[in-house]
Amino acid sequence: MAGRGRGQLTFSVEIVGIGKGENLPPSSVQPTPLFPPLAQKPVPLQTGEEAEYMLALKQEFRGAMKTLPFYIRPAAPKKGQFGVKDELCHKHGFAYMVAESPAVPKQPKQPRVDKEEIIRKLETLEQKEEDGSSDEEEGEKKKPEEEEAEGEEGYDEEEFEDETDYIMSYFDNGDEFGGDSDDNIDEAIY
Amino acid sequence: MTAQEVRLCGLLLQEHFGNVVEKVGTHLIRSGVLTLRALAHETKLPLDLVKKSLCVLVQHGMCTFGAGRRGPAGPVEYRINCERVFHMLRYPRYIYTAKSLYGDTGELIVEEILQRGQMTMSSTVKTVADRLTHNMPEGQSMDYSEVVSAFSQLVETHFLQRCPLASAGSSSSGAVDTPLPVATQPTEPESHPDCYKLPYINLTGQGKRRRSSEDGEADQCAAKKCGDDRIYWQVNFQRFHLHFRDQAIISAVSCKLDQSSSEIVRTMLRMSEVTTPAHAAFTQALSANEIFRALLSSYNIARPILDQYLSLLVDDPMEFVGKTGDSGGGMYVVNLHRALANLARATLESVVQERFGSRSARIFRLLLRKRHLEQKQVEDFAMIPAKEAKDMLYKLLSENLVQLQEIPKTPDYAPSRTFYLYTVNQLPTARLLLQHSYKTVGNLMERRLYETKENKRLLEKSQRIEAILASLQATGAEAAQLTEVEEMITVPERQQLESLRHHINKLDSSENQVDETIFLLKSYINSTQASL
Repeated sequence: MAGRGRGQLTFSVEIVGIGKGENLPPSSVQPTPLFPPLAQKPVPLQTGEEAEYMLALKQEFRGAMKTLPFYIRPAAPKKGQFGVKDELCHKHGFAYMVAESPAVPKQPKQPRVDKEEIIRKLETLEQKEEDGSSDEEEGEKKKPEEEEAEGEEGYDEEEFEDETDYIMSYFDNGDEFGGDSDDNIDEAIY
Repeated sequence: MTAQEVRLCGLLLQEHFGNVVEKVGTHLIRSGVLTLRALAHETKLPLDLVKKSLCVLVQHGMCTFGAGRRGPAGPVEYRINCERVFHMLRYPRYIYTAKSLYGDTGELIVEEILQRGQMTMSSTVKTVADRLTHNMPEGQSMDYSEVVSAFSQLVETHFLQRCPLASAGSSSSGAVDTPLPVATQPTEPESHPDCYKLPYINLTGQGKRRRSSEDGEADQCAAKKCGDDRIYWQVNFQRFHLHFRDQAIISAVSCKLDQSSSEIVRTMLRMSEVTTPAHAAFTQALSANEIFRALLSSYNIARPILDQYLSLLVDDPMEFVGKTGDSGGGMYVVNLHRALANLARATLESVVQERFGSRSARIFRLLLRKRHLEQKQVEDFAMIPAKEAKDMLYKLLSENLVQLQEIPKTPDYAPSRTFYLYTVNQLPTARLLLQHSYKTVGNLMERRLYETKENKRLLEKSQRIEAILASLQATGAEAAQLTEVEEMITVPERQQLESLRHHINKLDSSENQVDETIFLLKSYINSTQASL
């Protein structure tokens, strides 16, 4: 029955049309070629005004899509620049987007900010006598703004360079302080 | 979703929206439904890029969102609508149809809405008027009212429809009061009662010629409230598909019979456009009197001639038109589903003929008509010598276009006492060919991308030179300078560019043509499912 000798099939080959002793084509020992020669030539493409017009429409559409804001490139958006989402949300007024639940603020950031503020306060107290009261107020407002405006990259580099608990600018001798311009105090920083 | 479908979706998304959206979209197709956080985590993309991609997809109607598995209190889940992604392949056809029906204005309206997914009526009108004005000779400009009338016509014939809103209540409070629809059941646009109602907008003026970029800013600031805020319009793809189906039937009738019979069928389809629901198997019954009255006088068909044509159409083996009664001179219907089945069958036969030859096609047609045949019977009916018939049958069998059916005489399936019959099933074969078509389009797109990438340097060079030439011409340079710049591209490079353009055009045309086959097979498959 099953497995009795090699080449035993489960059905009689006469039925499907292969006669006894007939030459079967040799079995292939490799995969079929990637571009097999075609038995019949393919039908030529449709030509004519309609086909050409649709071709032009297709290529123009493709070109136009690349210029629209919907074509998203992998570069990360810069700070302060409105991305596509904001544009769309303003247009639609959230009618089409469901507001996601707000992101849970990352915990590790908190200690850094606290240390920063403490160090700032210490520095301003140091400079209190030299600059006087009016400058002190500007300085307090400006310093946290300046520090935050530097960006996260500045943060990380300073903090993790030597793996100390102290921010590296703590060791500065205060010569650079006050060198920046006093304009644009009202500039909002995000 | 089959592997070929996912691959094609990815290529289409990449072509139109870039790599980021492609990555997000492909992952979402493979996973089914996902929340935003899960999607960002699994694709390892930054959260804001994932959000942007989802926004783009929602804007174009390719992604739907709704309450997730944990109910309305849990995070929102997103899913991709693959059919909508495949429609992107057919955009040129939609635009061309709009042009043929409503002229250049209609064409630009549909093109703008397809490019942007959804638009308000006022912004569409302004953009289209500006574009038309740009192409007009100096001094003329396109009036808004003309564009508005073209837009209204598109809405009246249901080619454009309002977008369904996600939540009925205003979401300015932040809390969504009305429960969101579950992600698996998106709201149908047609369920909205005002789906095709035009808003009253106060819009007068003319298109502006864009002279310099600062005008754009002024336009945006002066974007007056036109009274149709929050009413967005999208293209009604189903309506376009019905139109394509009707066109296919009419051209089939005109090929099989003659021009006049195709005009009669066209009239019948036009009359039953509004009364026939989308998935109906046949149109409403029309009496011969009604058809005669509705026939355009330019066709010049007399009443007795009409009756003869109708009886010819009814007797035709393709069964496009059927007779359902005798009142009013005879009640006639167009058999939509049967017509689609016949068109699909013709497509299958044509594919077999072009790939395997006319004798194999004869065997294929025989099996389609006679359902089940034994080996011997195939040879006899097809009048083909045994050896060749065997060879052809096995080739078709290996390609899965023909199946072998075992009919046992005894319960133990003994080989000597079993019938082995060859058969062709139209529906599974149509599905197989549809998957082949998706694979074909995927291959064509990949080859086109490959060709573009191989010659990127050359293409960029030619673009730069064109830009230089344009700027030189604008500033009024002499002919000698222009020829000098043109000669920067050598002759063999020019030839290479020319052949590249030729190849890319050929590949693009092929995609358009394969899409016609895809449309036909998909319509047939959907029609069989609708009737089940």
